[in-house]
Amino acid sequence: MTAPGAAPDLRYSDTEEELRSAVRALLAARCTPASVLARAEGGRPHDPALWQTLAAGIGTAGLLVPEELGGQGAGPREAAVVLEELGRAAAPAPYLAHAVLSAVVLLHCDPAAAAPHLAELAAGRRVYVPALPLTQAPGAPLPPPVRDTGSGTLTGRATSIADAVAADVLLVLADTGLYAVEASGVRLTARTPLDLTRPLADADLRQAAATRLAGPETGRAAVQRALLCGAGLLASEQVGIAEWCLDRTVAYLRTRHQFNRPVGSFQAVKHRLARLWLDTAAARAAARAAADALAADAPDAPLTVAVAQAYCSGVAVRAAEECVQLHGGIGMTWEHPAHLYLKRAKADSLALGTAGHHHTAVADLADLPAP
Amino acid sequence: MTTADALRTRVRDLLAAHPPATTGRTAFLQARFDAGLAWVHYPEGLGGLGAPRSLQAAVDAELAAAGAPDNDPRRIGIGLGMAAPTILAHGTAEQKQRFLRPLWTGEEVWCQLFSEPGAGSDLAALGTRAVLDEAAGEWIVDGQKVWTSSAHTARWGILLARTDPGLPKHRGISFFVCDMHAPGVEVRPLRQITGEAEFNEVFLTGVRIPDAHRIGDAGQGWEVARTTLMNERVSIGGMRIPREGGMIGRLAEAWRERPDRRTHAHHQRLLGLWVEAEVARLAAERLRQQLAAGQPGPEGSGMKLTFARLNQEISGLEVEFLGEDGLSYGDWEMTRPDTVDFTGRDAGYRYLRAKGNSIEGGTSEILLNIVAERVLGLPAEPRDDKDVPWKDLAR
Repeated sequence: MTAPGAAPDLRYSDTEEELRSAVRALLAARCTPASVLARAEGGRPHDPALWQTLAAGIGTAGLLVPEELGGQGAGPREAAVVLEELGRAAAPAPYLAHAVLSAVVLLHCDPAAAAPHLAELAAGRRVYVPALPLTQAPGAPLPPPVRDTGSGTLTGRATSIADAVAADVLLVLADTGLYAVEASGVRLTARTPLDLTRPLADADLRQAAATRLAGPETGRAAVQRALLCGAGLLASEQVGIAEWCLDRTVAYLRTRHQFNRPVGSFQAVKHRLARLWLDTAAARAAARAAADALAADAPDAPLTVAVAQAYCSGVAVRAAEECVQLHGGIGMTWEHPAHLYLKRAKADSLALGTAGHHHTAVADLADLPAP
Repeated sequence: MTTADALRTRVRDLLAAHPPATTGRTAFLQARFDAGLAWVHYPEGLGGLGAPRSLQAAVDAELAAAGAPDNDPRRIGIGLGMAAPTILAHGTAEQKQRFLRPLWTGEEVWCQLFSEPGAGSDLAALGTRAVLDEAAGEWIVDGQKVWTSSAHTARWGILLARTDPGLPKHRGISFFVCDMHAPGVEVRPLRQITGEAEFNEVFLTGVRIPDAHRIGDAGQGWEVARTTLMNERVSIGGMRIPREGGMIGRLAEAWRERPDRRTHAHHQRLLGLWVEAEVARLAAERLRQQLAAGQPGPEGSGMKLTFARLNQEISGLEVEFLGEDGLSYGDWEMTRPDTVDFTGRDAGYRYLRAKGNSIEGGTSEILLNIVAERVLGLPAEPRDDKDVPWKDLAR
């Protein structure tokens, strides 16, 4: 007998836990906070060898791609687990842009045109990045498209593209459709990012050679679908960030002594951490619900995603802020990794729509109209 | 192992032998208990079949669909949520046989005699005394209890009393079943800020309790009570809450019905609380799924904290949103309700009643300590009451 009324599955399956273990072990060995900081200071946060192992070796790049198209045939639930671990490690990997946003865009393009790209993407052979600002929210108007200048070339500009510096191929929305553009044919200008672990660049396209993947309407719909999926799964990255910040802070306050007592024995401190734990546990449920709704293509997926984003970005930022504050002076130093998480959490709170944007989406979707 | 199919057969057999349309309410509930379909995870002969707890929801749903009466779980919540698991875990065979069936059918209502005027959050400091009259094999109880819901309808109370004041406070306590009809038990309504008297004060004067109504060994009352309190706090995780179930539904309804009262400032707060309530609902659902799979997470200790805070904020906003209507209050007449409807009555009542959510069943401050120490493993604050005899503690 099964209980009446379908409910989202909010637990982790055994397969998902195995995937988590593999990703966590890889990141623990090859993506420590010290190495992340060292690479970021050198101006090259991405580690191509690590990406190869993550994307191709463990096979996470193609989780959203069906097996017949060369992928793993898994889905958003599994990708969400990878993102939790990437958040926990503040890992500079183009996973969200490549394996989530680009994969979903390509899956909604013309099948014949997109198939070879999906195979490359799923195998982790080339890195795909959509040419959109990281702040682009699902449901919000898209930036003005670049111009099709005829004979298969595009001209225009896209700004604040996350992980563009790691891209082999940019997915570009133009007035005549959605196109794949070789990154080598585009002038990229790096920005100095707030978040050192997710580099940003602006792209100038000057009659860049482009391959058409979909018409304008299909292209825009594909991008909106990808943004919805990206926003829903970003919540899992935010859970990972919050979890690391909470774990590290608790561990520190159990051993750090002041006034001849562990700092974690003071009730004022304990209550703050207990509240943060509650909020992190709630964020996990919200992020799981979003991943499950996307996996099931549930009718209320847009609402579940908006709820998860409206909630989880705030929890991640607060966890990182508490981490800095409760570490005292050491939390303000460059050596301690807390700042990597704070910067990632704050940038993530702008990514794919702010909490305010998602609250407005909730107003529409839950029939709670503004005055 | 009892399977889902076997349970379905039992449900059909029960319905065939005792058609709800022609069977009296109590008779049906007794038959259901005897068929092992009361709480399927309890042992056979005690209303259960030793089946997985997760199968209960389907049994309840199938019986409800057939028009069978339920046992009004809200009216007998303390019996179901606190007394029953404690008796099952620590009671004697005779106690289980005597108490569980009428408890479950609702023929006997239970209340809980724990808190005292001088021992609320510091429950183990309680001072109600029980002295053994060895010749009679009875304990003689004197003291005062407070915040006792259902005491005026209860047949039995689970009672904590001090049996050895010379020991440190946690070690000198024993756990009893108190006959609420016994001479010396006086129940007085305790009127609350809502105007009603949902709780009571209970005065115990020379009340005699047979030794056979002691649960667990003398002096082991604190350990027994921990079972009770643990069950009180996890029971909230067992329910499936629909979207906009609970107080947020009342506020959302008011928002939809009263476009004239909407303001942008209230809209922002409404959306924030709606999202938080939805996330809390999902967290409770995740906990429920973990419990059903036999992997209870530590989240149970925290859900009450979240719901208490949200209920207070949501009902507070609702009163404000209603404007002039929020200034009126339904009724200040003192009533003594059998059950409490947290989402019922008017916004003012909800606002006032929700103030109790962060106090009853453990204050939010104590629960935050429990989360910090048991879940996060943070060190306890230094304390100086653990090794001192109770009689020497400051009061």
